[in-house]
Amino acid sequence: MMKPLLKHFYKCIAIAACVCASAQHASAQMENDGIMIPKNYICAGPMFSTSSWTNYWEGTFKRNNGNIGKVTTNMYSFMATYGITNNLLVTAGVPYITSKASAGTLHEQSGIQDLSVNLKWRAYRLKTDKSILSLFASVTGSIPLTNYEADFLPLALGSHSKDFTARAVVDYSYGKAFVTGSGAYTTRSNITIDRSSYYTTELIYSNQVELPKMTDYNFRAGYRSKYLIVEGVADIMTSLGGFDIRKNDMPFPSNRMNMTSVGGNVRYRIKSFDGLEFEAGDNYVVKGRNVGQANMIHGGLTYIFGVAKKKKVQDKDSFKN
Amino acid sequence: MTMKRIIQNIATVLSIAVIASSLSSCRKDVISKVNQYPSLAPANLDLNADTWKPVLVADPTVFTVAAPDATTSPAYIADLNEIKGYQRSLTDDQRAVIKYWSAGAVLRWNEIMRELVAKHNVPPYQNPDGTYPAPSSTNPFNYPEFPFSNPPYAARAYAYLSAAEYDALIVAYHYKNQYNRPAPYKNDATIQALIPKSDLPSYPSEDAVVAGAAVQIMKMMFPTEIDYIEQKAEEEKQYRIMAGANTRGELNAGEALGIQVANVFTARARTDKAGTAGGNKTLWANLASQTTAKGETAWVSLETPKRPPMLPLFNKVSPFLFDTLTVVALRPGPPHSTGSAEFAADQKEVLYYSQHATRANEALVAFWADGVATYTPAGHWNAIAADEFVKQHYSEVRWARNFALLNMAEMDAAIVCWDTKYAYFNPRPSQVNNVVKTLTGVPNFPSYTSGHSNFSSAAATVLTYLLPDRGTKFTDLAQQASLSRLVGAIHTRQDIEVGQTTGKAVGQYAVQRGQSDGAGIGN
Repeated sequence: MMKPLLKHFYKCIAIAACVCASAQHASAQMENDGIMIPKNYICAGPMFSTSSWTNYWEGTFKRNNGNIGKVTTNMYSFMATYGITNNLLVTAGVPYITSKASAGTLHEQSGIQDLSVNLKWRAYRLKTDKSILSLFASVTGSIPLTNYEADFLPLALGSHSKDFTARAVVDYSYGKAFVTGSGAYTTRSNITIDRSSYYTTELIYSNQVELPKMTDYNFRAGYRSKYLIVEGVADIMTSLGGFDIRKNDMPFPSNRMNMTSVGGNVRYRIKSFDGLEFEAGDNYVVKGRNVGQANMIHGGLTYIFGVAKKKKVQDKDSFKN
Repeated sequence: MTMKRIIQNIATVLSIAVIASSLSSCRKDVISKVNQYPSLAPANLDLNADTWKPVLVADPTVFTVAAPDATTSPAYIADLNEIKGYQRSLTDDQRAVIKYWSAGAVLRWNEIMRELVAKHNVPPYQNPDGTYPAPSSTNPFNYPEFPFSNPPYAARAYAYLSAAEYDALIVAYHYKNQYNRPAPYKNDATIQALIPKSDLPSYPSEDAVVAGAAVQIMKMMFPTEIDYIEQKAEEEKQYRIMAGANTRGELNAGEALGIQVANVFTARARTDKAGTAGGNKTLWANLASQTTAKGETAWVSLETPKRPPMLPLFNKVSPFLFDTLTVVALRPGPPHSTGSAEFAADQKEVLYYSQHATRANEALVAFWADGVATYTPAGHWNAIAADEFVKQHYSEVRWARNFALLNMAEMDAAIVCWDTKYAYFNPRPSQVNNVVKTLTGVPNFPSYTSGHSNFSSAAATVLTYLLPDRGTKFTDLAQQASLSRLVGAIHTRQDIEVGQTTGKAVGQYAVQRGQSDGAGIGN
């Protein structure tokens, strides 16, 4: 059920996936963390995630369903980040997704989903003896790249909407310990479905569907050093509208989809091969509404390289948070 | 950076975000098409409708419609004052109510029924022991709420609604012609007509006749919705008064008449055998064993846990357009034997479509799926019909008559189709070969013949008769509906082709009725 939310998840992950190392310092970066990459550096690489669930919530009623069994969604994506300045970066990612149910007759789905582009700007940085406080602002836009069927939940590849997200991030580190908090607001365009009417809490005679706006709060904390990051993550995603799936009803793109998830990530920069970094993590939905109780495992590999001719980066610290 | 600079920077980013947001998201209010229908302004009043052939009512004079008060009486003057009172200070909400209802009573009640069907078209959730609870009309609020408005249930509901409204309007026209009272705005120049003026006599009110009949039918069909239904009826009556179109006396007389006529239909419905169409365990087991005894593969529910087949005795329901013997006579011959080469070839074709799903096929399947939480295939054809009828500027009575023809055909098509399904108890492609994956949910009843094909061909046959100038529009749509079930891997080609033939035959009975009911095809 409820791929749109998972899709949102993937976008976070897609952008998260840019786990980038510079010549000077390992620096993963994602939309909701406190890390930048240096000017004129590119980091790029593939990312894989697999998400599955058996239980889901119809409104607040938690159940499983013998007619779908376990729903598994795999995402194969590629993304790249470019440091425009030491305080401004742009990240783009494109996922290819497959989605299938282990039981029942529903046809599996696969295809390229949405292009997302994120701009992240470090607005403020205050360094004292051992601590650093940074503030970031970020905007993310996404557009569907293919005409996949949004109204085919729970196996749809995404909501097929054009999304826009604004996020503010606060990051504080003390020595190698850090905490990061962020809040985001997402608006989504109406979508066009293949039907001429649909029932929400009333019967609407249109092929246009209004999707609820969403908020997301993300918290992460852990250890961050030159070669290793280990962090715990909690995420609360909330729909500002939409309607509940009734008992044994079908899901719909404009359902009120909420979820709270917890997880952890490890990022590791290889000392012997400068610029190469691995990342892996797991994320589990602990509470939800009109979504599947998904567990998602993800892993990625990225490589960072400079594109400016012989232009040495001067401030080593600028690669840090 | 200074604090001032920081604040400036943050403000800049926020304003860029706001601008980008307003540019990129382009959210527009979703407009439901039915809210844009124009006010009904009949091209022809059909004043001779009292001579048209009703469905169940034999004699209009058995219904009581008291003579109206004289237009000089204090009661009538008071009624006019009530209109004037409303018209002095209409709110925007009240004007919106006028605009909504002015599209026509038969149309709006048809839409209300479609909405209730969609709302209640959700299959019950299983019991902990893997059995399924059945909705109960005697205990409608208990989970699962009554009804589960699946396709046959819905087709029957639309038919009773439309036929009752039609008969009620024929009787109303008898009294309209008899009493011949002009509309309030014709009796009092200070009363405005906030809808198109009409020369149709206004006693009893045709809107209230329709509302009275509709409420009676819907209370029976959707007993958990009585509050909502009555609220709609109150709103409609108030609309007629606010619009200057009827007095309260005309509305009361109309509503009472509508209820009386509808009672003839609810009496029929209570004994039409729909209530026992669900069958029982023994019957379900017999359906399988008698199919197996013939050497054929018997249908098995593809749901987990296995759900009893949907309404296996719906074939016993009394049809409107013909008798029960005709139901059996209309039953097509058996499908290809499940062991035959023809059957295998048909299954292979379905597998091909399952394995070669195109985006265009996905769209076709989704458009016609009309599954859970929709108004069902019969409702879809009502929506298609309504879009066309709006353009025709029909009178209320012709709206009712045309919907009655359409929906009696849909109900009878359901009866004949269900008769066929349970006579042969034929398996779905996904049962025959579990590699066959579908582009929408598989319905929980046997495959042969396709319900969508029966409903669609019956509807297209009726609509093509009613609107000959549309050419092949409706038969083309019906063909698409049928095809959607093949490319969606729900049905074989034989299922849809034979279903189309049966559907057309049923539709033809409605056409014959239409050709002889005295109404003609109108403007």
